[in-house]
Amino acid sequence: MEQENIPTIKPEPEWMAQIESDRRLNISSCYQCRKCTNGCPVTFAMDIYPDQVIRLVQLGQRDRVLRCNTIWICAACETCTTRCPNDVDIAGIMDYLKERAIEAGVHVPEQKTYIFHSVFLNDVKRRGRVFEGRLMQSYMIKSGELWNKIKDGSIKEEISLGWTLFRKGRLRILPKGIKAKKEVRKILM
Amino acid sequence: MKVSYYPGCSLEGTARDYEESIQAVCKELEIELQELPDWNCCGATAAHSLNHWAAISLSGRNLVIAEKMGEDVVVPCPLCFNRLKTAEKALLGVDKGQFQYTLHGKVKVWDMANFISQDGVLDIIESKVKKPLEGLKVVCYYGCMSSRPPKITDAKDCENPVSMDRILKCLGADVIPWSYKTDCCGASHVIARPDLVFKLVGKLYQKAAEVGAECFVVSCQMCQANLDMYQDKVASKLGTEIYFPIFYFTELIGLALGNPGVKTWLSRHFVDPLRLLKGKNLI
Ligand code: SF4
Ligand code: SF4
Repeated sequence: MEQENIPTIKPEPEWMAQIESDRRLNISSCYQCRKCTNGCPVTFAMDIYPDQVIRLVQLGQRDRVLRCNTIWICAACETCTTRCPNDVDIAGIMDYLKERAIEAGVHVPEQKTYIFHSVFLNDVKRRGRVFEGRLMQSYMIKSGELWNKIKDGSIKEEISLGWTLFRKGRLRILPKGIKAKKEVRKILM
Repeated sequence: MKVSYYPGCSLEGTARDYEESIQAVCKELEIELQELPDWNCCGATAAHSLNHWAAISLSGRNLVIAEKMGEDVVVPCPLCFNRLKTAEKALLGVDKGQFQYTLHGKVKVWDMANFISQDGVLDIIESKVKKPLEGLKVVCYYGCMSSRPPKITDAKDCENPVSMDRILKCLGADVIPWSYKTDCCGASHVIARPDLVFKLVGKLYQKAAEVGAECFVVSCQMCQANLDMYQDKVASKLGTEIYFPIFYFTELIGLALGNPGVKTWLSRHFVDPLRLLKGKNLI
C-alpha cells in the first residue's frame, strides 16, 4: 500500500468558528445524517452534496467549498433548512458562501447564474424596482447568451417568447421607478 | 376590510393576469387593498444570494412603510412574502442593531393565499359563488416560499399547506391530494439554468398526471411561469403530450364568482385554459 497517495487534509476549524460568530450560523451541530441532501431537489446538478458542503466547512476546507458549483446550483428552496434535525440553516450557509466566494475572487463555476443576480441588483439600483424587459436584455448581453443564441439559432425561440409576452400584454414598455431611488441605491452601494 | 398591499415587481409586468384577478376578486370580496406608497423591490433571490445586509434592508424599508400605514400587509408573491418575513425576523431579532431600519412588530405580513383562506373570507366567497367549479380536477401547487422555512414564514403546515385546497373546495372544485405540493420548480434558475427547471417541472407534470389532475392551481407567479411558458418544450423533451392549464387561485375565484374579467386574464396564459373550461361547461 502506498500510504503517500491517500489524500489527507488538515482541518482548520477556525473558519467555522468565524462563520458561526459572523452571521450566527450554526454549523458545528451537523452530525452528517444527510437529511438535507436527501430532500434536495437539485442534487443531480451539484458537484458535491449539501451535507458535504457542511462537512467541508466544519473541516475548514475553504478553498474547496468556495469553488464548488453546489452553492450556485442551490435553488434556495429551503427544504434542507426546514428539515435539518439539528437546526443547521443549510440554505443560509449556501448564501453566506456565495458572498465569500465573490469576495475571495475565486472562479465562479456557474457564471450565468452569478451574472443574472448581478444584473438584477443593478436594475434595482437604477430605479428601486425591477423592470423585467430591461433586466433580460442586460442579462442576455452581459452573459454572452445573446451571441451564443444567435450562433446556434435558438435566438428565434427567445424572440418568439418575447413576442408572445408582448402580444398578451405582459411586457411593460416603460419602467416604473420609485421616488426614494437614492435611499435604495445607498442600500446597494 | 382594509389591508396594505405589496404587489412586487412581477405583478406590474409579466404577472399582469395575477394582478388583474387579485384586484377584481378583492373588490368583490370587499377587501380594500391599499398599495404601500413608494414600495421598492424586495431584492428577491439576487439580493439574498449576493448581499445579506442589502437583502434585509431592501425588504426592511418596505416593512417600515407598512408600519407607518398601520394595517396588516398582504403579499401575493410568495418570494416577496418570504423576503419580507426574513427581514421582519432579522429586524426584530437579536441582530437588529446591525441594520438601518427599525421595526416595532406592529403589523402582520400575510401570504395572500393564507389571507384569503381565513374562515371569515371563505364564508363570504361561499355566499357569492355563482358557478361552482364542479368536476374540475385540480392539484394545488404551493412551491417553496410561502411555507419554508417555518421559522421565517410562521407556517403551521409547511410540509402540507392547505390554504388553496380550502379555497378551491369552497369553490366546488375536485381537489386531488398529492405529495408534490411544496416541491421546488427551480424558480429563477429558468434564466441561467433552464435545464434544471425543465427537469423539475417535468416531474411535476408527471406526478399531477398520475393522480388524475387536469390542471394546476398556484399562488406564485414564478411557479406559474415555469409551469405554463415552457410546457411544449418540456413535452417534446419528454416525448409526450402535456396539457395542463396553470391557474392562479384568484382567477378561479373570479370564475366561480362570475367575474367578467376572467377571459381577459386567461388570455394572457401560454397554455390555453379555455379548452378545458369549455369542456366542463364552466365558461
Ligand atoms: S440535515 Fe442537518 S445534521 Fe443532517 S447532514 Fe444535513 S446539515 Fe447535517
Ligand atoms: S435550499 Fe438549496 S441545498 Fe437546500 S434543499 Fe433547497 S436546493 Fe438543496
